[in-house]
Amino acid sequence: MAEADQQSETFPRQRSPYPADLTYHDLIARNRRNTWWLIAAMGVLTAAVAAAIAAAVMIYGTGVLTWQGFAIAVAAGLITFILASTWSYFAGGATLLRISGAKPIDKADDPQLYNVVEELAIAAGLPVPQIYLIPSAALNAFATGRDPEHAAVAITTGLRQKLTRDELQGVMAHEMAHIRHLDIRLTMMVATLVGLIVLACDVFLRAAFHSGRYRGSRRSRSGRRSGGGAGVLILVLIALVLAIVAPLLAKLIQMAVSRQREYLADAGAVELTRYPKGLADALRKLSADVTPLKQANRATAHLYIVNPFLNARQRQNLDSLFSTHPPIDERIRRLEALMR
Amino acid sequence: MGLIELILIVALVGIVILAIVVGLWLIAAYNGLVRRRVQTENAWSQIDVQLKRRYDLIPNLVETVKGYAAHERQTLEGVIKARQQAIDASGIREQAQAENLLTGALRQLFALSERYPDLKANQNFMQLQEELVSTENRIGFARQHYNDTVSRYNIALETFPTLLIAGLFRFQKADFFEVELEQERQAPKVQF
Repeated sequence: MAEADQQSETFPRQRSPYPADLTYHDLIARNRRNTWWLIAAMGVLTAAVAAAIAAAVMIYGTGVLTWQGFAIAVAAGLITFILASTWSYFAGGATLLRISGAKPIDKADDPQLYNVVEELAIAAGLPVPQIYLIPSAALNAFATGRDPEHAAVAITTGLRQKLTRDELQGVMAHEMAHIRHLDIRLTMMVATLVGLIVLACDVFLRAAFHSGRYRGSRRSRSGRRSGGGAGVLILVLIALVLAIVAPLLAKLIQMAVSRQREYLADAGAVELTRYPKGLADALRKLSADVTPLKQANRATAHLYIVNPFLNARQRQNLDSLFSTHPPIDERIRRLEALMR
Repeated sequence: MGLIELILIVALVGIVILAIVVGLWLIAAYNGLVRRRVQTENAWSQIDVQLKRRYDLIPNLVETVKGYAAHERQTLEGVIKARQQAIDASGIREQAQAENLLTGALRQLFALSERYPDLKANQNFMQLQEELVSTENRIGFARQHYNDTVSRYNIALETFPTLLIAGLFRFQKADFFEVELEQERQAPKVQF
């Protein structure tokens, strides 16, 4: 028994940087659950949109609504959705890295960055993620992938050059915490699925617009009057569907980015490095930066360590219901509280 | 069928269900303990990998320093001796002690390099320095991860009801890789 006492004395268990009664295991479970909720919600949404389109086509085509028509449309919608989700799960990470313009690097390209990431992988007991550089003067970083075995971290060249070793460690620990918490899976799927829907709506809208014009010109030549306004009807319907879909998507993005997630990743970074000052100093540098990140868009903004759009003052203070990131000043304040 | 028979059947079914539940719990708890034990072994092997990495870097470092500060024999020999002791150490406790000595010897070596501007500017030395800083971090983090894993495993061994299984199958507590005081914890942060 004396042996056990001695051990507990020589191994100082530091208090956890996470909120009380919370471990990263809870966060992993929460992210798994939320990913399923996301998929279920998006599936229902797809089915509803498919049914709405079916209704429009049937009313315009035959004037009769049949359940077979709905069934075929919903089935087609769901199959498409399953394909899209599968793609998002397996190829989402690579796609997001491509969109951000990130380039993979080897150890020889930047030994220090490589070392820092490898060290943190050891601290977390996880495999080493792939390391990417984003050629941009903006100061930002993100992590993505479907699980820790298929994860990547990316950092802008601007941020890489500005940070000391300790600050770099803080930033990378924050990204490693996103990987460890499995935030990467949920945020990746939100970003790619939302991106896909935006793209699909865009294509659909253009197709509807063009076919409407085409039919219109042919109609005027042949002099037929029946079917007039069909294109307009479909456009109005799509507008209606979009009006329903848009706020739902916004809600989903918010769920994924819940600012809580950033605070928790900061806490997770401290759990790994046991050195809050590194990340706090890095965030101070990030908050002073004004360069926008051109490679980011609304679907990917929530992935980054700091909001890629806001200017310095907004980043520091803005705390609205719709912001994807907590104000940096508040994050620094919480990190400093851990130092005491 | 009488009332007594009915009660007997219900009781029997109840006992069988209870036995199945307890059996399943036993299997899950046993597997859980094995998983945690394997995790501690994996975490230890990770420390081992990093310690070897440091042994491999040291001869190169000593050679480089010799080129600029050959007369600092005492410090250089201290590092070489500490390295050999660490390689020869066996058992987690002895290993921890030897590694702490080696860390101290290396710190002396880097403190000494402050007095030799040519050495500090040497490309090879700078690379070795980054690699050694990184290795120090790796050892620290691997140790931290190992200790966290050990602590989770030992807590499982000592808490009810997994305590019963641990006793039944003679699971042994794992040793911590001891961390020294505050200045030791700061070792990875030293700016050479």
